[in-house]
Amino acid sequence: MDLNDTPEQAAFRAEVRTWLEQNASVAPSTRGRGDEEGAVAAHRAWQRRLAEAGYVGVTWPAEHGGQGKGPLHQVVINQEIARAGVPGILDAIGVGMLGPTLIAHGSEEQKQRYLAPMLHGDEVWCQLFSEPAAGSDLAGIQARARREAGTQGDSPGSGSWRLSGQKVWTTNAQFAAYGLLLARTDPDAHKHKGLTMFVVPMDAEGVTIRPLRQISGEPEFNEVFFDDVKLEPGSEVGPVNGGWGVALTTLMFERLTIGAGSEGMGYRADRFAAAIASDPVAAKDPEVRARFGELATELLALRFTGYRLLTAISRGQIPGPEAGMGKITAVNGAIAAGDLIADVLGPEALDPESEWSYLISFLPGLKSAGGTEEILRNTVGERVLGLPPEPRLDKGIPFSELRAKERQEVAS
Amino acid sequence: MNFDLSDEQILLREAARDAFGRVRTIEAAREALEGGTLPDLWPTAQQAGWTGLLIDEAHGGAGLGAIDAMLVLAEAGRVLASVPLLGHLPATALVNAGGSHSALLGALAAGHERAAFVPLRPGDDVDATWTAEPRSSRRRAPAPTVGGYEGPDAGQPFDVVVSGSVAWVPDAPGASFLVVVALDDGVPTAVVVEGGDSRVEIERASVYDATRPLGHVTFDGARGFRLNVGEQELRRAWFLAHALIAAESLGAVEECLERSVAYAKERYTFGRAIGSYQAVKHALTEVLRRQENTRSLLYYAGWAYADQPSEFAAAASAARSAGGAALDFAAREVISVHGGIGATWEHDAPLFFRRAQLSRRLLGGTGDAVDRLAGELLAGAA
Repeated sequence: MDLNDTPEQAAFRAEVRTWLEQNASVAPSTRGRGDEEGAVAAHRAWQRRLAEAGYVGVTWPAEHGGQGKGPLHQVVINQEIARAGVPGILDAIGVGMLGPTLIAHGSEEQKQRYLAPMLHGDEVWCQLFSEPAAGSDLAGIQARARREAGTQGDSPGSGSWRLSGQKVWTTNAQFAAYGLLLARTDPDAHKHKGLTMFVVPMDAEGVTIRPLRQISGEPEFNEVFFDDVKLEPGSEVGPVNGGWGVALTTLMFERLTIGAGSEGMGYRADRFAAAIASDPVAAKDPEVRARFGELATELLALRFTGYRLLTAISRGQIPGPEAGMGKITAVNGAIAAGDLIADVLGPEALDPESEWSYLISFLPGLKSAGGTEEILRNTVGERVLGLPPEPRLDKGIPFSELRAKERQEVAS
Repeated sequence: MNFDLSDEQILLREAARDAFGRVRTIEAAREALEGGTLPDLWPTAQQAGWTGLLIDEAHGGAGLGAIDAMLVLAEAGRVLASVPLLGHLPATALVNAGGSHSALLGALAAGHERAAFVPLRPGDDVDATWTAEPRSSRRRAPAPTVGGYEGPDAGQPFDVVVSGSVAWVPDAPGASFLVVVALDDGVPTAVVVEGGDSRVEIERASVYDATRPLGHVTFDGARGFRLNVGEQELRRAWFLAHALIAAESLGAVEECLERSVAYAKERYTFGRAIGSYQAVKHALTEVLRRQENTRSLLYYAGWAYADQPSEFAAAASAARSAGGAALDFAAREVISVHGGIGATWEHDAPLFFRRAQLSRRLLGGTGDAVDRLAGELLAGAA
């Protein structure tokens, strides 16, 4: 076992560290708000600077502006950015998940048109998958794209579309140039078969973006409405009615991005230890120690499970469903930590300016983000332990019939 | 970055699994509860070279590390094998660290002699006193003490005497040597005493888990010789024992989970396999989550033992904390999944439950490991 870099990684790390030391002074604050015009511009400029240095999209192929490196190089960059105390790139979702999806499934025109501005932060992207009634059960989405009257054919690019529906939990939508959107194009097909992936310009007529404020009061997500939005020919990514396969690619890159991300999602035991240790009475209190020791066990396990995951990634393996258990450990460990710190500090912990107030308010939503804990446990139980699936009532019937059946059941 | 087992370590684990698999350990565990004798696995340990696992090659050992020891103990834990390595390995690590006892090291490495570790709990950030395991109650017992030997043949090499008691010492009954941690004018030191010495009394403790030999050990001025080891090595041995208990727990958790999953697939109620119910599926996923967390923390402990000694106390404590809770959860779950029969002697589940219950209370208990982890991290952050 060896947590050290290979000589090549060490050299790369030294190079990144030196660059960050030289450039950190122009980096924006890590606490910059995404909805303030000036802050967004500063973060854009920061991403451009990183991109010009070759530190954005290192895993992308060189022909699309990347460095063609393995995911461990991305890990090194993430670690050094965290160490330098500077923010990461503005469009981590685009560069980490949506760009690689375009590289895998997009047309040549799409790659030429979209990838370079994405990499440099000139055009930020957002992910338009989840809907109010379809999150964990993503294939249940209802946003509908129809062929525009007068156009026809099943092949991509053979005509324009009209899109209507609603998406939700959309990070960065308020300043995104484009979105990657999953829509239903054939409701008479089975649930997973009638979906198509599209590129949607966020400034198109009929697109309405509304911020969603969370418990903390900060709007970190948006809901996005599409009212008869016109999509030009050639907006499809991958085959018409083949959108599910494209979406799975995005979700695979999501697991990879999270796996290569900051250790334990930033919920490190030593961060919470410092807060408790600042109160010498609490630090010697048996009940506080028992609670802290339990949650520190979880957060340390998370950190070292992360190293096992990185080892697998460095060998070219893609994280499987078992990686979802890390999220369960992270969220519940951090919830226990926030709770303990509030018990130690008292009401002061809930002061709006306190980092703990933000953490405590943020976590209940995180329990559902990226798949609810309940569904993650189902997936792990079925795909890792091989337990039989929950009986399903949505198999083998067209989506339109399924919806009709659901409505009927609610009414009865 | 390579946070995984090496090929050699995987081979070591497979070899251990094979070796234990040739003995009917679980049947023996049940029979032992009713007075049956347990199979003697010491020759197996000798043959495999586990007796010298933590002794340098120069002294006839294998010169391996804590992670390798954990892999063997995990396989022992999987099948509830009663092999007295929990006592032997930390004891031999101390003798090895003391060096210059070639003959003894050679005999221990070959397994011609068997050692047991009579530990003290190291002081912590709340109370710096080193204390012994009490016979009963939560209050720690005073540590045995070391004095000079003043008999007729005073001098080399048996130059000290030990007095005092330590309860619930793993693998003490029948050990030919005891490696005792005791206080010499308040300073912790290690003394090697012969198990058969007339001034040593080892009372076999009554045990809930018959596969786990324990002894209450009393020294009444027993002669011994001092090992040239410092406080750091004594702390390390205590935490190594914690990591080994955690490793045993991991193996037992894996076995409980495998059996639970297999039954949840074949047992039907209301026309469905019970494993298809979320209530069952989520509980078994929780066993898996705790199992993998324990494994990661054992790797952490193994890595820290070799490469980051300042973190070994925290790492081993975290592993013990995770492993103890994981085994408690897994042992209850294997009973629940099997329904009423899981709580009877018709099934093996009660044997794992007994293991979980007793293991969690040894060497200060899992709760002490939790407190230690907190103390280590809080002291580091202050």
